[in-house]
Amino acid sequence: MKKSVILKGRALVIRNKKSEPIDDIDTDMIFHNKYLHITDINEMGQYAFDNLDEWKDFAKKAKKGDILVLGANFGSGSSRQQAVDCFSALGVQALIAKSYGAIYKRNAINAGMPILEADVIDEIKFIENEDEIEVNLETGLIKNLTKNKEYKAKGMSNVQIDIYHSGNLFEYAKNLK
Amino acid sequence: MTPLGQTVIEKIFSAHSKDEVKPGNIIWLDLDVRSARDFAGANVVGNLKKHYGDQEKFEDKEKTVFTFDCVVPANNLGYAENQQIIRFFAREEGIRLFDSEWGIGSHVLIEEGYSVPGSTVVGTDSHLNIMGSVGSFGQGMGDQDIAFGMKAGKTWFEVPPTMKVIIEGEIKAPCSAKDLTLAIIKKLTLKGALGRAIEFEGKAIDKLSFAGRITLASMVTEMGGIVGFIPPNQEIIDYFKTRARSKFTPYYADEDAKYVEEVVIDINDLKPLIAVPFKPDDVVEVESLEKDNIHVDSAFLGSCTNGRYEDMKIAVDMLKGKQVAEHTVMKIVPATRTVLGDMIKNGDLQTLFDARALVSNPGCAGCASGQIGMTGKGEVQVSTGNRNFKGKQGAGLTYLCSPATVTAAALIGKIVSPENL
Repeated sequence: MKKSVILKGRALVIRNKKSEPIDDIDTDMIFHNKYLHITDINEMGQYAFDNLDEWKDFAKKAKKGDILVLGANFGSGSSRQQAVDCFSALGVQALIAKSYGAIYKRNAINAGMPILEADVIDEIKFIENEDEIEVNLETGLIKNLTKNKEYKAKGMSNVQIDIYHSGNLFEYAKNLK
Repeated sequence: MTPLGQTVIEKIFSAHSKDEVKPGNIIWLDLDVRSARDFAGANVVGNLKKHYGDQEKFEDKEKTVFTFDCVVPANNLGYAENQQIIRFFAREEGIRLFDSEWGIGSHVLIEEGYSVPGSTVVGTDSHLNIMGSVGSFGQGMGDQDIAFGMKAGKTWFEVPPTMKVIIEGEIKAPCSAKDLTLAIIKKLTLKGALGRAIEFEGKAIDKLSFAGRITLASMVTEMGGIVGFIPPNQEIIDYFKTRARSKFTPYYADEDAKYVEEVVIDINDLKPLIAVPFKPDDVVEVESLEKDNIHVDSAFLGSCTNGRYEDMKIAVDMLKGKQVAEHTVMKIVPATRTVLGDMIKNGDLQTLFDARALVSNPGCAGCASGQIGMTGKGEVQVSTGNRNFKGKQGAGLTYLCSPATVTAAALIGKIVSPENL
């Protein structure tokens, strides 16, 4: 059965104390290298963002179904898959950022994590923490249900949608003819 | 129908995808060759077994290849065990394996007619974009992506924008393709082509030999680029006529193709260049180092960047009737069996032996911890390789330069410009 391409959830807006977007969050801030020995995805959630100032308590704040709103060049740095999987472990549904590090993007897409790119995300003042938002992965339409506003991000490609429906890259290939 | 105004990569991708090919789009890309080497190859095998243990693991076995080149023959237990995992698997599944005697995998794929102009090739070698030398798209990827590629026969790829690098002027001896390449890296820096494809253009580019094209294309990785294309000339097309395993189509950019940037580099005053430790883009003229009187402990000629016969011949001609300096070791490693075979046929090994050079079996050697060893603390190595990052070839200091500059250093025992021999 195909998954829904319309996701509804609570927004967690990852900004600093001045409410500015945080650019260049690297994989050590997302999932520090001291935890790299962890391979069980269920163990990963508790360490998400625990090296990012102001968000060290992220794992406690996050709820299943959350949608993260992020800055530019998110996930730069190393190729660690845990930096994507730690969010899946917490039940995060999707990521919206201005842009992603190249390897992070590849890992996220391969893992079936829906990621969207929104060019002017730092200007989006209309999404605040804990707003209820709805995201259409195909069209890129973001609706803020709390504030009743809309914004258009770039929709996911066919490739991303294919892998998302299958669960991950390896599952996708099982169903090819 | 092909839309107008496409760059080379857009043309190759359009011929290998049903999706709309334009920069920024993520497309499914059909793969003509899927390869893995002894580095990461065992993980590729592990992924295939884990995810597809009970089903057919290959979209097309004829298009799937394993190569050994990093550490050949294996000189430590880790590599020995990983190579054996691949041997067992390749035998069981009926997959072609080019074992330790063959040489550098990317070169073997070209020589054996797997990578042909216009084709798409992936593998676990981060310098697989060397395929741009023959107008083919090559890309290094991680073990999960390669396992998927072998299973599915395709991969996904974000279409990169293309930049143009135009070379004005010509290469004059003793400069060679390596000096041109270092001049380009100096100009672009390690990030200059980040996330982009490059197309090289100019009279000096057209005149590059097969070996020179390989040198330039192999170092696009050090420019930050995805792949760098050199338009195939008649020599390249003829080269593949007898060896191609499939029909091939060379692609050339449309005149109205769109480029994200054009960089012009004038090489009329090009002098022998060298990258000093520890960055490939920290490039200076070799002559400027002569006053520092830098003693050279080891001089390495080889690698996927400068391991062709033409590169070997430069050293052979310079060493004829001479001897390597007393406190210097010259290590020569042909890229492949074919190159070694030509050296044997032409009597070059006798010349090199008489000059007291060390000649080893084909492979990556001086860019990995392979058959010619590593550098110790304080050891100065001049190398025709492509990377000189700290710790890459041991604890020593690696300088990157041309075959002529490496040979000059071997003869004198110091870093000297081949112009001043």
